[in-house]
Amino acid sequence: MSTDLMNLVEATQLRNDIPEFAAGDSISVHVRVIEGEKERIQKFDGVVISIKGTGSSKTFMVRKVSNGVGVERIFPLHSPRIAKIERVREGRVRRAKLFYLRGRRGKAARIQEKRRDTAK
Amino acid sequence: MSGILGRKVGMTTIFDDDGRSVVCTVIEAGPCAVTQVKTEETDGYSAVQLAFGNKKAKRTTKALKGHFEKAGVEQRRHVVEFRDFVFHKAAGDVQAELGQQIAVGDLFEVGEFVDVAGTSKGKGFQGVVKRHGFAGVNDATHGQHNRQRAPGSIGQASYPGKVMKGQKMGGRTGGNRVTVQNLNVVRILADQNLLIVRGAVPGPTNGVLEIHKAD
Repeated sequence: MSTDLMNLVEATQLRNDIPEFAAGDSISVHVRVIEGEKERIQKFDGVVISIKGTGSSKTFMVRKVSNGVGVERIFPLHSPRIAKIERVREGRVRRAKLFYLRGRRGKAARIQEKRRDTAK
Repeated sequence: MSGILGRKVGMTTIFDDDGRSVVCTVIEAGPCAVTQVKTEETDGYSAVQLAFGNKKAKRTTKALKGHFEKAGVEQRRHVVEFRDFVFHKAAGDVQAELGQQIAVGDLFEVGEFVDVAGTSKGKGFQGVVKRHGFAGVNDATHGQHNRQRAPGSIGQASYPGKVMKGQKMGGRTGGNRVTVQNLNVVRILADQNLLIVRGAVPGPTNGVLEIHKAD
């Protein structure tokens, strides 16, 4: 009964326009930035290294290397501040959390592209 | 103070108008039945007794049955008194009547502040660090063998020759009545009797709560 009520409350917060993506995918997050009265859209491109949580508190972490410095941002998946999410590339990874990327740079930090069976 | 009884449903996050994620507690508040109205003339003070929660008839004592019958309501599990109870309807302030059903929508508005009281989660026998926030010993070495979380000295020497009353020590922790003040009402779902407040609330899921208007 409690779970029913919780689902009902969370359902009001969920967005259904978010594309599917998984850890290892390269995505581009279009974030609404509000500066004073103006609103503009800022892109944050990187690799999804972690998805956690459920319902309206689900979040994902995106990592990119900017000017040689690793930058990670955590976004709430259902946040109204996210204008759009684009999946740029699907990665082939063998775990759900890619924190091992933090210790790697350059070539070692590459992720293989997922192969799709197109022959058949 | 006007208020209502409720049940903790769980915690989640809600996005506010600015898109910020706000941590919230969902409370199933009411509907409560008025089982007694106390007035200045008859009881010396003004209050309203509210009843909440389901209960089987066979689990209700005869005394309580009679009490509920007088108000003309079904038996309920929890009965709590609220002093100086007034609620707002479109017409203005209204006094509660015997047998009346009170819902969240009658009492609270979004943006209002409430105090929530409940019984905190029992933690069992706890040491002084968890129970009273003692710092413990911050060294693992320098003569510390197994005393990292010990209280240290609990008194003086042969004068006074005793441990002072009220000395903070380990013991049963939690399971007390705790009130959290000034929680913002984020949302009200009147159809489901749900009240959503910002922040945490004492007690476990399904724990009974008193929600008071904050003054």
